[in-house]
Amino acid sequence: MNNEIWNRNKECMSRDELRDLQGKRLHKLVDLVYHNTPFYRHKMQELDLLPADIRTIDDIVKLPFTTKADLRDNYPVGLLATPMSEIVRIHASSGTTGSPTIVGYTSRDLEIWKEIIARALTAYGVTRGDIVSVGYGYGLFTGGLGAHYGVEHLGATVLPTSTGNTEKHIRLLRDLGVTGLACTPSYALYLAEALHKQGLSADDLKLRIGAFGAEPWTENMRHEIEERLGIQAYNIYGLSEIMGPGVAYECGCKDGSHIAEDHFYPEIINPETGEVLPVGQEGELVLTTLTKTGMPLLRYRTKDLTTLMPGTCACGRTSIRFTRILGRSDDMLIVRGINVFPSQVESVILEMPEFAPRYMLVVDRKNNLDTLEVQVELRPDSFSDDMGGMLDLRRKLGERLKSVLSISAEVKLVEPNSLPRSEGKSTRVIDKRVLA
Amino acid sequence: METIKQLSVFLENKGGRINDVAKALGEHGINMHAFSMAETTDFGILRLIVSDVEQAVGVLRAENFAVVLTDVVCISCPNVAGALSAILERLAEHQVFIEYMYAFAQGEKAHIVIRPSNLEECLKWLEEDDCDILADRQL
Repeated sequence: MNNEIWNRNKECMSRDELRDLQGKRLHKLVDLVYHNTPFYRHKMQELDLLPADIRTIDDIVKLPFTTKADLRDNYPVGLLATPMSEIVRIHASSGTTGSPTIVGYTSRDLEIWKEIIARALTAYGVTRGDIVSVGYGYGLFTGGLGAHYGVEHLGATVLPTSTGNTEKHIRLLRDLGVTGLACTPSYALYLAEALHKQGLSADDLKLRIGAFGAEPWTENMRHEIEERLGIQAYNIYGLSEIMGPGVAYECGCKDGSHIAEDHFYPEIINPETGEVLPVGQEGELVLTTLTKTGMPLLRYRTKDLTTLMPGTCACGRTSIRFTRILGRSDDMLIVRGINVFPSQVESVILEMPEFAPRYMLVVDRKNNLDTLEVQVELRPDSFSDDMGGMLDLRRKLGERLKSVLSISAEVKLVEPNSLPRSEGKSTRVIDKRVLA
Repeated sequence: METIKQLSVFLENKGGRINDVAKALGEHGINMHAFSMAETTDFGILRLIVSDVEQAVGVLRAENFAVVLTDVVCISCPNVAGALSAILERLAEHQVFIEYMYAFAQGEKAHIVIRPSNLEECLKWLEEDDCDILADRQL
């Protein structure tokens, strides 16, 4: 097993030292947001809290939570703790209303991001001699650029393939003898499928390590990817609000993902009550960015359901791990690594008078790639005998969905009054993907 | 102008749906003279010529079907080789295009339903050629 550790000082710190460091960093963080982010100052004032009240990491429970809704309410840059002149990069993720949420990074934040991705890659066994293809989308999504700079920081060679063009991707993997692959697990399986269709196999490639994340995946998928691509497959966890990929990562033990705890402080809460749960109980993961200066967040509710695993790992890292994330505490869907909310689909449909405000989302996995079908009811008076016009209507909805969701959906027109009438979002989503 | 009201019905591609239409019409004593189906992968347009179009609209709307009426031309021609070609050639000559059509032949006669790009022009040229254009009451 690979025993390399990128930052032994931080990743293998004693728990006492770490808690001390976390407390100091939290104190500085609270001071920063209290004086620079009106949103947090007001929240703390409501709770009658001053920065001086936060001395050790145990004081964190006094602080308010931050939610995705807070990010939207303060769109675009209300949560920045620094002037825009200090921000060197912005990423954006999709929000429930179709309006994006913005995350700003200072150059110091980007340094930290590179560092944690280098830690993750080292934990997977990637070295300077490797060539890593980054098949996450490059752009507003944090996956592509985040992984990219991490690979460079480590000193390995990065191949910025991004998403799309699978044929060219396979060709470059072969011609360059690429050894590492970072992408969504569903894309990895799709790649394996495409390889097979070309009459090729893992033996034709030199891939040995994969870093997969941005969507839920299972042990079964890990085994399938490992077998079909002839690699060791590892989880990488992150979310744009907190940083992007690299917040947590597996090691050679493949037994839980280590949180970069000197930068991100984890808590597990009961998603219903907000009560902090003892280590070992399953609940919603809450993260505080201890060192970020661009857009630091206090106690951000990730909506990811997991369990913290205490104890030193066999790899030697002391940082706490969490178990595989398979559920979310709200109705958000992750399709091909992109967050999709039923309400986004609703907002598009409401804008088009040809359709009744009733819809059904069917998520499935075909040929190892997530598919999204949007069923929508045609209004009786929008029906016309002209087939071309009907197909145009379907295409128009498909295009608008794509621009709002950032992924393409297959539109299925259904008859008036044919979809179930019941209230509640759960009845509007059928997820046929089997994640077990 | 002798056009005929065609009934178009929006149908999802799912088992038994055409029969649901046929059954509803049958229960109300409405006869289907002709029909055709235009389909895509997930939905289709069923086009019908029926004995009582107004009543048919009421019956189907009550059953939640999306329906619409369209003017079409129905002609009758001899059931012999080349008869249809002579008609279509005439229309093409005068820039009348066919959006869709359907037909059936039995015995000595063939009946053709045409949705032309221009109804007026279509009728004009067919009448000039003494084509046998059918009215509702003749069906």
